[in-house]
Amino acid sequence: MSINKHIEQQSKSNQENNNAQNPRVTWEGCSVLLDINDGDRLAFARLTIGSALKIGNKQCPLQSLIGCAFGSLFQVENGKEGPFLSRIPSNSEGNDLQDQGDSQTVDVSKDNRALVDNNMAQSLTEVEIEELKRQGVSGSEIVGALIANSATFDKKTSFSQEKYRLKKQKKYAPRVLLRRPFARSICETYFKKNPEKIGWLRIDSLSLLLSMANVTANSDVLVVDLLGGMLTGAVAERLGGTGSVCNTHHGVSPYPIDIVRIFNFTDEICKRIVHASLSDLSVSGEHSVESNQPEDLCNATKQSNEDVVCDTSNDHSNSMEEIRITPEDEVLPEKPTSQDKQQPRKAVQAGQKATSEIMNLWRENGFSSLIVAAPNLDAWSIVKELLPLLSFSAPFAIYHQHSEPLAACMRNLQHEKMAIGLQIIEPYMREYQVLPSRTHPHMQMSAFGGYILSGIKICPFEKN
Amino acid sequence: MLFIEQSKKLSFKKCISDGDLNRFGAFKHVDWIGKPFGSKVFSHKGGFIYLLAPTPELWTLVLSHRTQILYIADISFVVMYLEIVPGCVVLESGTGSGSLTTSLARAVAPSGHVYTFDFHEQRAASAREDFEKTGLNNLITVGVRDIQGEGFPEEFSGKADSVFLDLPQPWLAISSVAKMLKQDGIICSFSPCIEQVQHSCETLRSCFTDIRTFEVLLRAFEVREKKLESWENVDGCSVGSASRKRRQPSAEGCNGVESSVAPSVVVRPASEARGHTGYLTFARLQCLT
Repeated sequence: MSINKHIEQQSKSNQENNNAQNPRVTWEGCSVLLDINDGDRLAFARLTIGSALKIGNKQCPLQSLIGCAFGSLFQVENGKEGPFLSRIPSNSEGNDLQDQGDSQTVDVSKDNRALVDNNMAQSLTEVEIEELKRQGVSGSEIVGALIANSATFDKKTSFSQEKYRLKKQKKYAPRVLLRRPFARSICETYFKKNPEKIGWLRIDSLSLLLSMANVTANSDVLVVDLLGGMLTGAVAERLGGTGSVCNTHHGVSPYPIDIVRIFNFTDEICKRIVHASLSDLSVSGEHSVESNQPEDLCNATKQSNEDVVCDTSNDHSNSMEEIRITPEDEVLPEKPTSQDKQQPRKAVQAGQKATSEIMNLWRENGFSSLIVAAPNLDAWSIVKELLPLLSFSAPFAIYHQHSEPLAACMRNLQHEKMAIGLQIIEPYMREYQVLPSRTHPHMQMSAFGGYILSGIKICPFEKN
Repeated sequence: MLFIEQSKKLSFKKCISDGDLNRFGAFKHVDWIGKPFGSKVFSHKGGFIYLLAPTPELWTLVLSHRTQILYIADISFVVMYLEIVPGCVVLESGTGSGSLTTSLARAVAPSGHVYTFDFHEQRAASAREDFEKTGLNNLITVGVRDIQGEGFPEEFSGKADSVFLDLPQPWLAISSVAKMLKQDGIICSFSPCIEQVQHSCETLRSCFTDIRTFEVLLRAFEVREKKLESWENVDGCSVGSASRKRRQPSAEGCNGVESSVAPSVVVRPASEARGHTGYLTFARLQCLT
């Protein structure tokens, strides 16, 4: 069968594409997502020789993470020259919990009736703990000492013993999990830590937008992304360095798309991320030369405006590396203290102005689909301008936090006979805790993921 | 209206043939050739359909159900969560009616590939036929194999970016999946029953991390234009009848007062919805080195 051949071919082409860069292993200058203490904290960082991350109250150098496989687990250890991250086997996580779970039936006789909340149970003092740390005693050993010195530990049920152990471990031996930044993890992280920045776009809504707009290789996707680049990045990821994603805007200033820089996009993918103003997209071919003229002016305005629009410096001369992926206070509390001494690795920057060649192509063929995510704008005012730029039978998907603008937009599309297959939906997502004898939905959940209006553009009917 | 246009979209791909006859009249396919997508075409009786370019979403609505199928909410979530991008190699079992497979193929195109397996020979053959018709056969390979019994073929060891299972006893296939996945690769198992999920999760814990189970659903909304009368213009008799019969909402109110209210657009959730499809359990291969 051709299966093997195909895979060989493919891995070969993958290698070529990545210039021997294994995308599943970190490299110097790559962007990573750090999951600290099992989701308690999430932080994006860029791995450089000098970068560091504050964990607890200590700065941990991130250099030791370079060249490690994504999915690796690290634990903060106390070294002579301060804390450092040391690699630990990833199965040291969670397994205890399961063992405990199995023995739970034996354990039902224990309960918390003897528990007295008087803060006297722990005989180890803070000073003693600090002393242990100074001596370079490992975090795990401190946790062991705390358990040994706890008067109530033995009386706890195995569940709460495990809870106790985990709580102390998180404090004295924090763990850091190395994750690949993907549309999925980036969206989840922002939704958890700074949802406003991405317009409260939940992961299931984002995935629906991409499906409903039929985003696939070689498509030309028109977007209105006022979510800081979350949408643009997710579309570009699906295009995989083919086709194009064009973020369109009214007026002269393109919308900031700094989130795009968190993805580890190749030059090929970055090249496909462009912006164009509505007036540039709308004018007929003859004017396109002229419309290219104000490019510099446009960029100049952009720079001055950018700081006002969002407090991110979207400095054009900088390439990917210098990105402070830290415009957010919450998501990205610590900026990697990059010494800026590394060479710029990427020549291509995402979010350039669309060339007149490609704009002519779009004018000729139309965009293959449209996605709009503009939390504070009226949907119809956008759709009525952009739908004519799509090819016939092109699907579109409009995200909004409120149903009213979508309903009005849907009504107008019906009246104007511009589209069919129109529907407004609201996604619902619930996560479950699945454990032996303890399976149930999470106690806390996101109750709202936004609304989506989707449909298909039709060809205006002409009597002939 | 909607369903006709969709049922016809397939005709576009391969079967531009003589014509079609349905309850809206006879449609001559020859009339369609050369028309742009999105066109409205008519039958001899004046019935009409729209000619649409096929997408996996439309395909999901029209494909023949040989098995229970996955719908857009689950499909889009699976593709996103499995981090499937162009160039990926994805394994799937079972193939079923190929609803998800089509979307997987869209995501791995142009350089990736979906290898899908079903133990039902005839079902696999029908799926293969479908993929040929929809032009996806260069992205999808359908195999006949009992994945629960035999696991995935050895030749895929360490080559899969992600694996999707929709099997009655997924836990039987999990050790094979662990072998197939690349480092840090992701598995998704779809099961309608919580007992299956429970069992799968227990098995997953041996060599997977980040085990998470989700349920995703959609709520559709009805959008209408409605005149909402002011209270003072409505008396008891108009209220009683309005609910029973569909009358002109206001024009002939009991007291004969002309409505001054412009219709407004109102929204409400549809009364019925799919209440459950299945639980989606995701997990990541543990990093051992």
